[in-house]
Amino acid sequence: MILGAHTQHHLDSLVTAWQRLRAQPLASAFSILVIGIALSLPTGLYLLISNLDRASSSLSEHTEMTVFLKPKIETAAALGLAEALRNEPGIRKLRFVSREDALLELQRSGLDDVLTSLSSNPLPHALVIEPTQVHPEQIRRLGQQLRQRPEVDTIASAEAWAHRLAALLDFGVGLTWMLGTVLALSLAAITGNTIRLQIYARRDEIEISRLIGATDRFIRRPFLYFGALQGLLGGLAALILSGLAILWLNQSVAELASTYGSSFRLAHLDAPISLLLLACGALLGLAGAWLSVAYTLRDFD
Amino acid sequence: MIELIDVTKRYPGGHVTLANVNLHIQLGEMVFITGRSGAGKSTLLKLIGSIEKPTSGHIKISDKDISRLPRTAVPYFRLNIGMIFQDHKLLYDRSVLDNVLLPLHLREIHGAEATRRARAALEKVGLADRERSRPITLSGGEQQRLCIARAIVGRPRLILADEPTANLDDDYAHEIMNILQALNEGGDTILIATHDQDLIARYGKRCLVLADGALS
Ligand SMILES: Nc1ncnc2c1ncn2[C@@H]1O[C@H](COP(=O)(O)OP(=O)(O)OP(=O)(O)O)[C@@H](O)[C@H]1O
Ligand SMILES: [Mg+2]
Repeated sequence: MILGAHTQHHLDSLVTAWQRLRAQPLASAFSILVIGIALSLPTGLYLLISNLDRASSSLSEHTEMTVFLKPKIETAAALGLAEALRNEPGIRKLRFVSREDALLELQRSGLDDVLTSLSSNPLPHALVIEPTQVHPEQIRRLGQQLRQRPEVDTIASAEAWAHRLAALLDFGVGLTWMLGTVLALSLAAITGNTIRLQIYARRDEIEISRLIGATDRFIRRPFLYFGALQGLLGGLAALILSGLAILWLNQSVAELASTYGSSFRLAHLDAPISLLLLACGALLGLAGAWLSVAYTLRDFD
Repeated sequence: MIELIDVTKRYPGGHVTLANVNLHIQLGEMVFITGRSGAGKSTLLKLIGSIEKPTSGHIKISDKDISRLPRTAVPYFRLNIGMIFQDHKLLYDRSVLDNVLLPLHLREIHGAEATRRARAALEKVGLADRERSRPITLSGGEQQRLCIARAIVGRPRLILADEPTANLDDDYAHEIMNILQALNEGGDTILIATHDQDLIARYGKRCLVLADGALS
């Protein structure tokens, strides 16, 4: 195959970068591991959140919410509301619990002494709703919609719990971004430092190449490939590390889930996110290399 | 044409190495530069090769003032020159072949074509069977020949040879000079710094003598 001279130099640079990585296996493995660990932290946090999200979805499948109507709402109005809501898109099942039924239920539960001392039934009508969507955020939104109805007094359910979980997940997402940014910078710094040492180790070679006509771009290229390659392998290390962590955690998760009659397992990153992680590793390595080369080569002039 | 106009070179912290040097060399000429050790022969070649910049004065090659080249243009200018360094300046952690391939890669010549040309250059200097060796395992004379192969492989039209025969016995010195002379007959401009008076006498070319920072 005949390649353009340009492509050929890129290929040569890639091969050179790979050879330089292999020439110092211990140092390279160490750098890659450090990068891998740095990337594992936000990856792990991301995995925690996405799995928690999934778990909360599967757990809230049987979530019911009880909508208490205002005490002054009469039976006819309550039934009307029940009919109206039955066809709402977010609601899968709806059961009307009249204040009389509720009272009967309470009496059966052994509170009849207290209740008989009251002159009238203090309980409101209620609607027990099973939402179609099980995601905490969607449950929260459904609750908000219902609360806007004038007949509705309060809503008791997983709604508050779902709200809290959603807020927690939001916080987790924010934390992941923050941690990700900090560690991305440290990854670029680690790569930058490795490359700086390399440039100094190859000082003679760089100076000689310049004497016979090497451009900055020519000199820079193998180092940039080295940075990108090291970052890519660091990303791969992070994938493997977090995969191992999940394998290990899944043993206890399986046990816990089985006590709930669930077959829930932690899931690893899906293919697009894995590719994104690798791309981030490579790009950050490239960025670190670029900065390092730009600053270090200036010292040689 | 190579032109030096009132060129003065003074290294930082040092004394004046070249003082108001004026020089004209025609394209296609072969010129010897001689003088005692420390006279400034290497300095003169480095100035023409844009490796050093003059403290004052102008250096023009084909009417282009190379003493005022912007930093980014210098590499492209150097590609037109084959420099044989007095201290060889070889890449010691690469093979002999890789050393000769480097100038070709800089000229965007790769692959089989590059290998063919590099081998031809090594053949010329008698190092064909050492292409896999490291330069550090070569003798002083072999390293010098490798340096010559690297300088000529890119077919530059101007060759600056700093003591190209210093470490060579008569036979090899003669062969190297034959290579340079053949290039010169092909139209290349060749400048040779040497303190070997016999060599200068044998070739009967123009000879410049450097003494006390001045040419004569
Ligand atoms: N990089 C440098 N920094 C400071 N001084 C230098 C430098 N290079 C050369 N010199 C000085 O410039 C003068 C001329 O040096 P140059 O190498 O040009 O001499 P030369 O004629 O090539 O000598 P030789 O025959 O020993 O190679 C010397 O006095 C040397 O000390
Ligand atoms: Mg010299």
